[in-house]
Amino acid sequence: MKRISPILVFAVVILVIAVFVAIVGNIFTPHGMSQQNLLARLKPPAFMSGSNPNFPLGTDRIGRDMVARVIAGLQMSLSVAIAGTIIGAVFGSLIGFISAHFRGWVEEVLMMLVDFQASLPFILITLTLLAFFGNSMTLFIILMGLFGWEKYARLSRGVVLSAINQPYAKAIVALGAGNGRLYLKHVLPNVASALIVQVTLTFPQIILLETSLSFLGLGIQAPQTSLGQILGDGRDYLSTAWWISIWPGLVIFLVTLSMSIVGDWLRDRLDPMLRARTT
Amino acid sequence: MSNERLTIEHLSVPLPRGADRAHAVEDLSLSVSKGEILCIVGESGSGKSLTALATMGLLPRNLGKPAGKVMFEGKNLLTLDEATRRDITGRRIAMIFQEPTAALNPIFRVGEQVSETFRIHTSLSQAEIRKKVIDLFREVQLPNPEQIFHSYPHQLSGGQCQRVMIATALALDPSVLIADEPTTALDVTTQAQILKLMLELRARHETGIIFITHDFGVVAEIADRVAVMQMGKLIEIGTRDEILNHPKQDYTRRLLAAVPTLTPRKEREGLGSPVLIARNIVKTFTRSGLFGGGRTVKAVDDVDITIRRGETLGLVGESGSGKSTLAQCVIRLVQPESGDILISGGDFAGLNGKALREARRKVQIVFQDPYTALDPRQKVGDSIAEGPVIHGLDRKAAMARALDLLEACGLDRASATRFPHEFSGGQRQRICIARALAVEPELLIADESVSALDVSVQAQVLKLLADMQERLGFGILFITHDLRVASQICDNIAVMRNGRIVERGDPASLFGAPKETYTKELLAAVPGKGWQHHAAKNEAGTERSREETP
Repeated sequence: MKRISPILVFAVVILVIAVFVAIVGNIFTPHGMSQQNLLARLKPPAFMSGSNPNFPLGTDRIGRDMVARVIAGLQMSLSVAIAGTIIGAVFGSLIGFISAHFRGWVEEVLMMLVDFQASLPFILITLTLLAFFGNSMTLFIILMGLFGWEKYARLSRGVVLSAINQPYAKAIVALGAGNGRLYLKHVLPNVASALIVQVTLTFPQIILLETSLSFLGLGIQAPQTSLGQILGDGRDYLSTAWWISIWPGLVIFLVTLSMSIVGDWLRDRLDPMLRARTT
Repeated sequence: MSNERLTIEHLSVPLPRGADRAHAVEDLSLSVSKGEILCIVGESGSGKSLTALATMGLLPRNLGKPAGKVMFEGKNLLTLDEATRRDITGRRIAMIFQEPTAALNPIFRVGEQVSETFRIHTSLSQAEIRKKVIDLFREVQLPNPEQIFHSYPHQLSGGQCQRVMIATALALDPSVLIADEPTTALDVTTQAQILKLMLELRARHETGIIFITHDFGVVAEIADRVAVMQMGKLIEIGTRDEILNHPKQDYTRRLLAAVPTLTPRKEREGLGSPVLIARNIVKTFTRSGLFGGGRTVKAVDDVDITIRRGETLGLVGESGSGKSTLAQCVIRLVQPESGDILISGGDFAGLNGKALREARRKVQIVFQDPYTALDPRQKVGDSIAEGPVIHGLDRKAAMARALDLLEACGLDRASATRFPHEFSGGQRQRICIARALAVEPELLIADESVSALDVSVQAQVLKLLADMQERLGFGILFITHDLRVASQICDNIAVMRNGRIVERGDPASLFGAPKETYTKELLAAVPGKGWQHHAAKNEAGTERSREETP
């Protein structure tokens, strides 16, 4: 067994903490995330002069506690990213499986859609749709889910095609198995590792997409909040009250970086080609 | 002593920790002289290829530094620095590999690739190099050398590619040539030509040749001396006659006994009613070109076959002859364009959907490569039980049948809870056979099922197939390129070429008195006929089975 790198340990610890905090929610501070405190506006964090001991990470322009805000933002950003990832992975993979199974014109039409999607900047599609239909939580999550589906579709089409041409798949067909058994019981477990790696690649991208949209004011709308939205809130105060932007920014940075590191490690572990080269 | 071209002394190559043994090659000493062909034989994993790679300095990086000496022209190759060594191995020692099509770069013309050797190691002009290369092509008997010079690798056949590789190896007139299974990937008739070519070249250039192979037939054709390796150690070394006809070691004897011979199977009585009747099977493949006008290939062209209960029908032929496509048509993994298939009297070709899935029980297949034929993420017991479960048996009864079959196929009942990667190639092939037999088929298709296995394991798997057939009475369609294997286990043999069956008959008459020229060519190309004729009388070795270590 090879030694595990300290960077990987760090990344895993960060992710565990992030998920833990998002699940237990607001137990670290008595303040609510939208509770205003007009007497304590724009208070700096605890280690600076003029700080208020009730608000260890400081407050924003209407005196809301930054601890409570960042935790609420983290909850929202993670939920949206998880929901988006699941939708995208399931939808995209399904398209891939269908193309690989039917081949012919079905495959051509679906892959044409994939190419179409891949050739358009996704943020442009999102902006257009949000502007056209107006902002709603459902639409927003569906849009996040659409992000990256074409990558899953392409990837799963390829790996499924190669899997169903393996002798073991042919042997299963020759035994008289139906498609359900072939794809769910034999093909899916064998291609899952490739899809899992793809999840670790798109997940941080969805977080970044969500935060950039919210930063622009097109994503999560007040009174709800997300990391990107808080970041956007602090835009006007960067020179006077930097902490409003720094805390959510730092969380986004750490979570996406950690996810990428873990994804990299997973790819090394699960990709048989790479594994053959390193061991 | 001055005749010795390359001497290996006490060579050891360590394996990484956690491997099944400490050394891939252990304390190996041998030498090759001027104009001599030394064959290194051994089963897979015996360390024969790594010996060659260690000599060339091409060992994979995860292996440690080799110990011992490889002496060439007074220098120890193992202690030279990288640059000096590369100069020697490039100029004076040449190597050719098993897969000729993979050894050539697909994006360069073959002429340029051979020229490169001259450009690196000599200061000849472009025109001189060109002339030399074309001369070389002529020497290795490539047709139209000028045209081949300008061809890309994909335009050449496997045999032609191997000739190009040999030309490259001979370019600088090396002192030693190392050939690692150079004919294994080729058809028998091509193999026979390449072996003949190597003998001629040896005579002309007096090159010392180290020829690595697993096939004793090939050894009998070309070797002067033979070294037998097992588990990284040299078991026995001696002249061809000593090793092949008077082996001293038990291991050598067992290996020799397992080599299939061209002895026809005795006729059997009491074969039952037909289990397979296939009539007028046609399958055409169309390759569409970039600008329309695709090329059509008749892979199977109006073929009839019949197999009775308990009968083994051999289908022999070279690669591309359509044997596998025919099998895939019979089992309906490929849809034939036309033709009737009757399994035990019931229509099979016209079925669809549920009826087809249910009827599939009656025909099963065992593939060539046991490493990809089992779902790597499914336990062996579940794999075998899956067929019966699909056809309506409850899980418990299916598992009980799976365990019985595992035992019948010579494996432990406890194997059921293990995954395929924990088994050797031969054991996996037994599992595949058990899986196929679990649904009690009427017809079993063995598509090159023993071709990827070592000879001793091959003999065991063939015996298993014959035993199970005896017990259960299914018919076998046995596809092979190896006429020796076919003659031993088949009741009838059909010779296939370009999608058609050119000749058929029982082994004794087919191989005793072939009518078609093609059958005669195939027979003439079988390596080691002379020796085996001799050996069959000598009864070299009596033990037949060697249990695999798990």
